Amino acid sequence: MKIMNMVQAVNDALDIMLAQDGKVLVFGEDVGVEGGVFRVTEGLQQKYGEDRVFDTPLAESGIVGTAVGMAVAGLRPVVEMQFSGFVYPAFNQIISHVARMRNRTRGRYSIPMVIRMPYGGFIRAIEHHSESMEALFVHIPGLKVVIPSTPYDAKGLLVAAIESDDPVIFMEPKRLYRAIKQEVPDGKFTIPLGKAKVLATGEHITVVSYGALVREVQKAMSLAKKTGISVELIDLRSIYPIDRETITRSVQKTGRFLSVTEGPRTAGVGAELMSIVNEDAFLSLEAPPTRLAGFDTVPPLAQGEHHYHHSPERIFYEIKKLVEY
Amino acid sequence: MSSSKTKSKTALLEEYGALSGKMLQILDYEGRVILAERLPKLSPEEMVTAYQNMLYARTADQMAVSYQRQGRMYTYPPNLGQEAIGVAVGSVMREDDWLVPAYRELSAWLAKGASMKDIFLYFGGHEDGSVLAGAKNMLPSAVPIASQLPHAAGIGYAMKYQGKKDIVFTFVGDGGTSQGDFHEALNFAGVWRAPVVFIIQNNQYAISHPRAHQTAAKSLAVKAEGYGIPGIQVDGNDYLAMVAAVKAAAEHARAGQGPVLIEAVTYRRGAHTTSDDPGRYRTEAEEQKWAERDPLKRLKGYLLAQQLWDETNEEPLISQYKKEIDQQFTEMENHPYDFKDIFIHHYTEIPDDLKQQMVAYEKFLNWKESQQ
Ligand SMILES: Cc1ncc(C[n+]2csc(CCOP(=O)(O)OP(=O)(O)O)c2C)c(N)n1
Ligand SMILES: [Mg+2]
Repeated sequence: MKIMNMVQAVNDALDIMLAQDGKVLVFGEDVGVEGGVFRVTEGLQQKYGEDRVFDTPLAESGIVGTAVGMAVAGLRPVVEMQFSGFVYPAFNQIISHVARMRNRTRGRYSIPMVIRMPYGGFIRAIEHHSESMEALFVHIPGLKVVIPSTPYDAKGLLVAAIESDDPVIFMEPKRLYRAIKQEVPDGKFTIPLGKAKVLATGEHITVVSYGALVREVQKAMSLAKKTGISVELIDLRSIYPIDRETITRSVQKTGRFLSVTEGPRTAGVGAELMSIVNEDAFLSLEAPPTRLAGFDTVPPLAQGEHHYHHSPERIFYEIKKLVEY
Repeated sequence: MSSSKTKSKTALLEEYGALSGKMLQILDYEGRVILAERLPKLSPEEMVTAYQNMLYARTADQMAVSYQRQGRMYTYPPNLGQEAIGVAVGSVMREDDWLVPAYRELSAWLAKGASMKDIFLYFGGHEDGSVLAGAKNMLPSAVPIASQLPHAAGIGYAMKYQGKKDIVFTFVGDGGTSQGDFHEALNFAGVWRAPVVFIIQNNQYAISHPRAHQTAAKSLAVKAEGYGIPGIQVDGNDYLAMVAAVKAAAEHARAGQGPVLIEAVTYRRGAHTTSDDPGRYRTEAEEQKWAERDPLKRLKGYLLAQQLWDETNEEPLISQYKKEIDQQFTEMENHPYDFKDIFIHHYTEIPDDLKQQMVAYEKFLNWKESQQ
């Protein structure tokens, strides 16, 4: 066991997989000498050499497109997009090739690729550095989408993602990179993709969240507790495949549902979660399934960021409304 | 060929064409003239103004870095060492010409009419910093690398289509030349003969990634060849060489002959941004080498030799600038913020659903206040 933050946990997962499998490569912008702008890949180039951990020219489409070629030729690329706001030049490759190759070739070629990217807001960044656009990826058939909320999860989920023969979008909540420290087991372990985790059992309402907002929900839960409300908290971990069963079972018990997500509201992950609850737990409902999502706006720059990001008070306010419904 | 003593400007693009392997340099590192026949015709006042503009931009830039360090502003990309390029563009760019920026050409922004208050607002985390009301025909910064370049080509097309004589100046970094958008923009502009001057600020790094690893090409200017347009490599720390090149390129574009690519060779003397530590990827010896080629030092050397500048002017001038810039910073700090601005600017008319989100949020704010 070592005490680690999320940066170290992701680094550890990459280290383990680079050591174990010569087919694993790590590349992107500034990941080599610099060790990544968040230092996530620190030390890896020195350890594994420039053939396996390297900086590319500045072109996301090039990074992902060449990784497709490497993947079909037998390698397991783990590429970094410096920020999720800069993945868009690679979208053509992601939608048209990464996500489809297996289906198009009826399984002859698969794309065992991981695309890592820091995402999410509340770090007072400049434009394009605060978005939470995971719904875009969830909407693309053929991709798995994973978001950890703790160092432990980050390590286990990333190892599983690298071992997956399907392409995985691995989104790292940068707000948490150095915010939490936790004991993380040494050596290799995996957390299964597609499975949510019940973080707290409760009676009155089910709250589903993921990424940096899990912590905010936990803070809201102590506010709720003071008013006698007990919350069941589920950390989704994998946004796709989505763990319907865990969500449904919980709502059948509590009768109330709130999703807490960061990205824009319309056609977001919250909408999907509410649909699942409607479809599978309708007869148990005592209040309308509800989503707390980001506004349908560009996330405001630093001065307005606190309006956009859900505070514990905001989350508690929604919980209370539903319990009192 | 012109018969005047100085050679014709368009011929400059030929003589220093991308395949010539030459870099245009008029001043040496001490500011002595080494290529008299290419000296741009500038009046003494224009030379002095140029130096003052560089000094102003440098002072403002250094103040921005220190405001950030004091925690009064957020991440900021320093311009130290790159001031000559934007000032040269500013001296050629007309009021109606377009400026399509990246994010590290402060001196060009100022020349276009952006204020330090605008820039402080932007890097102080306020959307109003992208309005740039005082700068005619200028787009806000483009953070997604190279994404602005196709816009420049499109504006160039629009100028032609509308029969206007205005041209477009656009900026990108050395790293940006690897993006598809860079190549598509040059290609479109070339095919359309759009009046666009593309300026690459080759400051040797894309964050930690050195120019030599960005492309296997010998120069960045040479990329123009693939698109059938003139390209020229210029010492970007040599103000006079930059003016000569930008003038020639602007003349070419304004005359309807299409786009030009200028590679301005410079050095980012500061960090990539205030959150970067260049010590991780480059040496002090290298930084020192480029400090000796500093653009202000070189133009000042020239002005002193011409007896156009009095060193004792400098300190009072800088303190006057500082006062004025600090005034603008205070204005930024007192600039109001209304949360409704988060919602109301996305569409011509706010959609009902979005309005409801705004109303619901306001209700929450009221509830929160009632709890206190
Ligand atoms: C599409 C995109 N990818 C990545 C980034 C992150 N990033 C910001 S600046 C930068 C390097 C840019 O280098 P260069 O083009 O040389 O410009 P400079 O910063 O040196 O002025 C990178 C990779 C970005 N802003 N946009
Ligand atoms: Mg650069």
